[in-house]
Amino acid sequence: MAEAPLLELRGITKRFPGVLANDKVNFDLRSGEVHALLGENGAGKSTLMNILYGLYTPDEGEILLRGKPIELGSTRAAIEHGIGMVHQHFMLIPVMSVAENIVLATEPRRRGVLLDYDAARKRVRELSDRYGLIVDPDARVDHITVGQQQRVEILKALFRGAEILILDEPTAVLTPQEAKELFEILRSLKAQGKSIIFISHKLNEVLEIADRVTTLRRGVVVDTIAAEGATEESLARMMVGREVLLRVDKKATHPGDPLLQVENLTVIDDRGLQAVSDLSLSVRGGEILGIAGVDANGQSELIDAIAGLRPVKAGRITVDGTDVTHSRAKDTLDAGLGHIPEDRHRRGLVLAFTLSENLALHAYRKPPMSLRGFLNLRAMLGRARRLLKEFDVRGGQPTTPAAALSGGNQQKVVLAREIDGDPKVLIAAQPTRGLDVGAIEFVHRRLVEQRDAGRAILLVSLELEEILSLSDRILVIYEGRLVGEFPPTATEEELGFAMTGGTREEAVA
Amino acid sequence: MSGADDNVELASSQDDVSQLEGTLGPAPSTHFASRFDGFTGIIAPVLTTILAFLVGGLVVALTGKNPIKVYHAVWNGTGLNWFFHVGSYTARIPFTTAHMWFPWDTASIAAQNLQQTLLITTPIILTGLAVAFPFRCGLFNIGGQGQYLVGTIFAVWLGTSFSGLNPFLHVLLVLLAGAVAGAFYAGIAGILKATVGAHEVISTIMLNWIAVWVGAYLFGQGGPLQGSQPAIPISNDIVEGAKLPVFWGLKLLQGLSVGIFIAIAMLVVYWIVINRTTLGYEVRAVGFNPESARYSGISVARNYFLAMAIAGGFAGLGGALDITGWQYRIGENDIHASTIGFIGLAAALLGRNTALGVGLASLLFGALINGTSGRQLDPSIFRPDLAGNLTTIIQGLVILFVGLNLGGLLIWLRKRFST
Repeated sequence: MAEAPLLELRGITKRFPGVLANDKVNFDLRSGEVHALLGENGAGKSTLMNILYGLYTPDEGEILLRGKPIELGSTRAAIEHGIGMVHQHFMLIPVMSVAENIVLATEPRRRGVLLDYDAARKRVRELSDRYGLIVDPDARVDHITVGQQQRVEILKALFRGAEILILDEPTAVLTPQEAKELFEILRSLKAQGKSIIFISHKLNEVLEIADRVTTLRRGVVVDTIAAEGATEESLARMMVGREVLLRVDKKATHPGDPLLQVENLTVIDDRGLQAVSDLSLSVRGGEILGIAGVDANGQSELIDAIAGLRPVKAGRITVDGTDVTHSRAKDTLDAGLGHIPEDRHRRGLVLAFTLSENLALHAYRKPPMSLRGFLNLRAMLGRARRLLKEFDVRGGQPTTPAAALSGGNQQKVVLAREIDGDPKVLIAAQPTRGLDVGAIEFVHRRLVEQRDAGRAILLVSLELEEILSLSDRILVIYEGRLVGEFPPTATEEELGFAMTGGTREEAVA
Repeated sequence: MSGADDNVELASSQDDVSQLEGTLGPAPSTHFASRFDGFTGIIAPVLTTILAFLVGGLVVALTGKNPIKVYHAVWNGTGLNWFFHVGSYTARIPFTTAHMWFPWDTASIAAQNLQQTLLITTPIILTGLAVAFPFRCGLFNIGGQGQYLVGTIFAVWLGTSFSGLNPFLHVLLVLLAGAVAGAFYAGIAGILKATVGAHEVISTIMLNWIAVWVGAYLFGQGGPLQGSQPAIPISNDIVEGAKLPVFWGLKLLQGLSVGIFIAIAMLVVYWIVINRTTLGYEVRAVGFNPESARYSGISVARNYFLAMAIAGGFAGLGGALDITGWQYRIGENDIHASTIGFIGLAAALLGRNTALGVGLASLLFGALINGTSGRQLDPSIFRPDLAGNLTTIIQGLVILFVGLNLGGLLIWLRKRFST
């Protein structure tokens, strides 16, 4: 066990104006291990890895590779030392083929100037066979799935001779299935002697894949421990610095009348295909109905149709007794719908607007926020001040642009706006995507609170854990149809099987 | 509990840092309009202007003339030097025969120059607003020129009719007609954008050409609005009652009409609508992020249409003000030669689509055009035919530099050399 580490970071300190991003961080990577770097958003994980990848120079400290100090002034230097990084947001050229992307910048050439495409394809194929990373070298990058794009990124790093792979939140963009496949790939890379740094704030993943875990909090290393023997609770405590309720604490529910009713709904997607087929469901006041499913099985189209953002081809939707089947979005909201959209940056917030303006996005139409077409700025600011306090939004005043907040606080703003509209029905689509543990706990608690206040909540999520811990009933959607109803006591396996098109009976059999 | 709270705050400040460093954090998905909005405030436009003048001076030097002398002559030609000649004078109180003491000489050459500068500034403000308003909605209106022309056409048409109508009503009618015509005209592009998604840049450019050639037909040889003198492709003058009152200088010497006050009032209207009304709020929401606006129940299509129509209203009013304020007629040549819509575009870009910015930038361009006009410049200092080009050069440079985002450059430089 006393073997020298492959890579060692000693006393790394990095300051940004007003922030100490990394404070005397020590980190080491052994050969052939998966070392997870855990921490909340903004804990300094990315800064540390950007130092290791040559994007930043540290203010203090040194980096040792195989016991020798190295200088990493650029990404090129990092690559030459065998360090490769797969960014959270892929750096691929969409219109080029997989092979072209992988060999980019080190292309095999013919006559000095022409790309030797056959040689490139051959080398890519060799590489992908060796590590079990199956991709079609000739496919165009924008035609393959996100999971496959990630493989291309990994192959790109390996092609450049990476011995150390840094993966920055690699599962954030993947479906559960794709994440499983990624873990298989990581295990096979490990078996072939590659060393991997795995950045994440998802506890279960870290426990599943990592050998050791280093936790960062506010730029400081809390501890480095073996993954074996750690629990989600212990990791969460290290990460957040206090006890965190991972399981949602909720009382038995007493559902009232159905507030959202969807009958025989059929919806067409952007490509003209039937995305939701003859779907019926009803959500009663005081219950959370969870919709589980693999991404792109009609969830978005279902939500959009309910919210009046997409035309309904057939069927009927009522919100609190009002028929909103063919209503405009504004009228559906008026009928008593609240909507926490799937993507807070693209749909939930106007990032360039101030918090006060964002919080007024529905309420601005009516007194006291506006009168005869004129905004009442004082009322808007007053409401914003109240809501920011009530929902514990930190890092901003009512006049701060939403873009300046962290993800968790941004989501709190969306939540505050939707809940303060006093909706009868609340749609929560992926309400905790990209949030860290503390913020997830907050969002979950608020949703349960709203349930207990008698609202009907429709929760759509790709995270089975979230569905299982929040829902009172669970429906599984597959290819636009509901394929099964489950109680919250169902197992992930049962749900997972239904999500891929199997029926419950088969699962039992 | 407090430990975790601090944590969240740290998170937010660090996100800022990573954005400044331009690294790997998720890029904020703001619409393109936000790049031009309130980012570096007043510094970037001022830098832009200074740089444009420096390069312009270089061009002057290349012609063998002294840039400082040329700029000084241009400055005097703008009439802005008027403000610096304070003394004890008497001035006629506008619209009366009474006189009063006044610290400036209202009848000097400089005063006359200033009147001309402000006359030119008037339509630039309005065509500037015609770009600024849709810009806040995420639309790029290149059609200010066509909308302005449509305004002038309707103003001439109605201004040459209804002889004997009450002057106040007649002026009001002509101005309203110009604005409404402009609004309808731009509304075409708005409807196309809102319904079938036709890009407003393309459709407004097309509409510009349609306006030009319809105008050329109307006022040209044998056209329905050609004046009573045969063989001259110019309209009749509008009737006396349709002319705006001149409050400074003489009508015969093209004195300054009250149109400038209408333009300034429109700047105020623009500011109020954008910042204080639900319409402006919707327009800005759509401009920054149409998807979020849609999710909040805002009709993106409706706002696209309204933003374009209001823009056309501004530009059309600008055209009507020019006709009723000092031109009084249009010739076929004027239709082809006018570029006021494009100068408004430059003013909106330089003024960053804010009310104050558009006002100041319009004054800058109005002054430049007047200051470099052949009437103002002594040929021994700079050839007047070249002087007009100098204005065009400076305008072009301004648009180029605005596109470069000098503010961003400044931040980058500061970061680069601060450590």
